[in-house]
Formats: sequence, C-alpha cells, structure tokens
Amino acid sequence: MKPSRNGRVTARKAWQGCAFALFWLSGIAAMAVMLAVVGYVVVRGAPELSLSFFTTSPRGGLSGDGGIASTIVATAYLVVMTMAFAAPLGIGAGIYLVEYAGNSRNRIATTFLKLSRFGSETLAGVPSIIFGLFGYALFVTAMHFGFSLLSASLAGACLILPVVVRTAEEALKAVPEGYREASLSLGATRWETIRKVVLPSALPGLTTGIILGVGRILSETAVFYVTLGGSYRTPTSVLSSGRTMALHVYYLAMETRAFEKAMATGAVLVILIIIVNLAINAVSRRLSAGSRS
Amino acid sequence: MADTVPRLRTAGYNLYYGSFRALRDITIDIPENSITAIIGPSGCGKSTFLRSFNRMNELIPGVTVTGKVLLDGEDIFRADVVALRRKVGMVFQRPNPFPKSIFDNVSYGPRIHGTRDRGVLASIVERSLRDAALWDEVKDDQQKSALALSGGQQQRLCIARALAVEPEVILMDEPASALDPVATMRIEELMQSLKQRYTIVIVTHNMQQAARVSDFTAFMMTDGFRAGNLVEFGATKQIFTTPADSRTEDYISGRFG
Repeated sequence: MKPSRNGRVTARKAWQGCAFALFWLSGIAAMAVMLAVVGYVVVRGAPELSLSFFTTSPRGGLSGDGGIASTIVATAYLVVMTMAFAAPLGIGAGIYLVEYAGNSRNRIATTFLKLSRFGSETLAGVPSIIFGLFGYALFVTAMHFGFSLLSASLAGACLILPVVVRTAEEALKAVPEGYREASLSLGATRWETIRKVVLPSALPGLTTGIILGVGRILSETAVFYVTLGGSYRTPTSVLSSGRTMALHVYYLAMETRAFEKAMATGAVLVILIIIVNLAINAVSRRLSAGSRS
Repeated sequence: MADTVPRLRTAGYNLYYGSFRALRDITIDIPENSITAIIGPSGCGKSTFLRSFNRMNELIPGVTVTGKVLLDGEDIFRADVVALRRKVGMVFQRPNPFPKSIFDNVSYGPRIHGTRDRGVLASIVERSLRDAALWDEVKDDQQKSALALSGGQQQRLCIARALAVEPEVILMDEPASALDPVATMRIEELMQSLKQRYTIVIVTHNMQQAARVSDFTAFMMTDGFRAGNLVEFGATKQIFTTPADSRTEDYISGRFG
C-alpha cells in the first residue's frame, strides 16, 4: 500500500512539473514574439534614425527620400483635434450616464442608458475601416470637408468615443458615494458637487481614458486612410489633407523603395506608443495610490 | 419637555420606497439645543428617518413621502433644498472627508455659499476646527491632505466642515461606529459642547452611547408590515429607567435587537 501511494505522489508531482514547464514555455514564447516584433522594427529602422530624419519632410516620389517632420506635425494636429472633439463629448456622456441617468427612474433615460452602453461595447469591436467608410461618406463627401484633418478628426472621434465614454464612466463610478453625499449635505447643488468634488477625484481615471484615446489615434491607420488623404506636405489648415506617422509607414512600405524608412518611422511610432502606455500606468498607479491613503 | 421649543417636528410622516412603506406615521417634536438619540434594531428605519430632515432620501430613486416635516414651523418640502441643507448639516457613519486639504475641506461649504475672501475663510476654518476640537492638532498643517488624518480626526474634520456653514441642526448617522473607543469618547464630549448652540439628532445602535450622550431618546421598531414606526419618545432618563412601552423595555434590556 505504501509504495503505491508514494508512486501516486510522484506521478502527481511529475504532472505538476509538466504543467509548469508548459506555462513557462508559453510565457517565454509570448514575450519572445513581442520582443521580436519590436526588436526587428527598431533594429532595422535604427540606421535611418538621425536628427535630420525628424526635421525634414518626406519629398514624395518613389524614392521615399526625406524624413518624417510633416507626418509628426500632422499626427500631432490630428491627436489634438480628435481629442478636442472626443474628450468633452465622451466625458460629458460619462457624466450624464453616471451622475444623471444612473439614478433616474425615467423610462426613456434608462432605455437610453442601456442602449448607449450596449452601443459603446459593440462599437468597440467594429473593425476600424467601417468607421473610416462612415467618416468618408459623412464628413468627406456629404459634408464636403474633403480629405482633411477635420474629416479625419471627426471620424477618429467616432472611433475612440466608446473607449473614452467607458473609461469616463468607470472613473466616475469609482468616486465614493460619500463624497457626493457630503457635498450635497453642505448645500451644494448637484452641478457644484460634480464640478468641485466628483470631477477632481475622477481626474486620474478621466486622464487614463484620454491617453488611451491618444494611443488609439497614434496607431490607427484604416480610418485615416479614407478620411485624411495622404498628402506628405505639412498641413496648413483644418481642411488640409495630411499623413499621420502610421499612414506614412504604409505609404513608404507599399509605394516607395524606402522600406528601411518605413521601419524607422515604425520604430518611432512604437517608442511613442510605449511612452503613452507608460503614462497610462503612471496615472493609474497614482489613482490607486490616491484611493488607498 | 414643556419648557423647550420644538426645532424639528414631524407629523403623520410616511416614507415609501416605490410601493413599500418604510416609515409609518411618525409624529415627533425634537427640542432645540439638546441631543436626541434615535435607537432601534437594525432595519427599523432610523437612518432613513434621520435623512428625512435634510431631504437626503430624495437622492434615492422612487422615494415618496407623505405627511409633514417642519423646521422652525416651516414645511421643509416647500423650502429650497439648498437652503434647507445649509441649516441642517449632516455627519455620516463613515468619515467622508474630500480628497483635499484640511483647509479646503472646511472652507468648501462657505465657498459654495459665496464667501471668497481668503481672510474670512481662514477665520471660519479656524473657528470651525476649534469648535470641532481639532484645531490644536492641525493648526500648523492645514494644507495637509485630509486623508492623512486618523479616522477619529477625519470624523471631527467632517463635523468642522458641517459647522462651517453655520447650521442650526446637526444630524449624525452613527458618527462613532467606525471609530475606536478613545475617538468615540472625543466625539461624545464634542457633542456635549456643541449642544449649547446646536440641535443634534443622532442615530446610534449603541444603547450605552444613547444613554450617555442624549437628553431625549426615540425608540423605533418595525411593525407587522416591516415599516418603521416610533414606539416611544421621551427624556432619555425616563426611557432607560421607566419605559412606558413593554417593547422598549425588551429592547433596552437586551431581550432582542
């Protein structure tokens, strides 16, 4: 009896060893794939990186000569304009959903609430080219904004709105009810309570939502391919066409011989996105530290 | 009670959550410059009743009320809710300072009511913190985050914040239940000094506390339909020594609840 029990224990330990080895391997593999992608892009792009790469604009044509200056400018404009549309709208919708509709018994309000929640979840899973086509049909052609920063930022705002609304909602929900009660009990109106107590406490969470949106705009390509056009010139007005860095990678790779420059632009983009993600981590760490103390 | 004026009065007051009646036909006169304790078993509607006086129940969807609640003879449901809450302050069960500095917490009320002058605000803050027996502990560091204070200090800060808008009535919803015995004792001492100038209504599940601090005691219980009603109200000494109702006697002698 004794040896067989020992045998079973040995077998169980062996199984555990196998399982651990498999998990370990999958962990290593996942890391390796990620490092390989980032590493390959950075290593192949690095030789092209120089100060002049950042300060000169693409010259166009098949050669792919020049740097990425105008695409940096276009990307910056687009991020700022998209957030100018999406942030107030998204945070405003979040405030409505949490602070007003949330404790309403009004049938229409609760139906709208459910619909918009379902809508944001569904929209988050829709392929971005669909948003692009919508933006093309509505902003580029129907509204005659043409291929422009305006069309692209409106379409981009539609794309990231669900994310901003959801994060704003979560951030506002995380504000303890006691803060609201305390403020109201002192004779503050609902709006004063939101403006002076709820929004400041939710600020780290709201910021996270905005940074997530910025990251999405940086990496998005399909939407802007059909709304922003592809001009490599520096945009001069909101109706200018332009080229984001992500789009520039696509154009360089598909329409020029400068594959190394596509890699270099990609490397800059990857580093930017890493920085954005670090910023999100820093902000949310501050958020959880703030709520703990 | 004949020599004191009722500051708060309810008459035939009922509260419903949707169609469920949570409070039944409560009539009570709460005298000014005194401490009135509301006691009773869990779920009897003590807190709901307390939150009626500053209309905090209105935040809950589906709440309706009938009957009257009067502050200084005026119907509070006709009054402006902002003005009402300025006169009827509240201290909550869990200390809930804002994630702001000590100074900003106490000056929050006066600021929203229109005081902008820094010097005036500073004197209001000092007076309120002194009245809440917290001044000596925080006077040198008023810019410190309120969240860095201990639980007992936070609760006294919340009392100071309520005092800063110069209310007439202070409602306290189990203000010491989250605190240790020493911090509890300090809050109780504070209540004694505050009742000279304010009318205090406190909900407590701690009968010793009710007996120690209050001048009047209201005993609430649920009836056969699970609605809270007022069983007995009187001078604390009388309620705890010679209760008129046998249910009061059963409760305070610890036979249930």
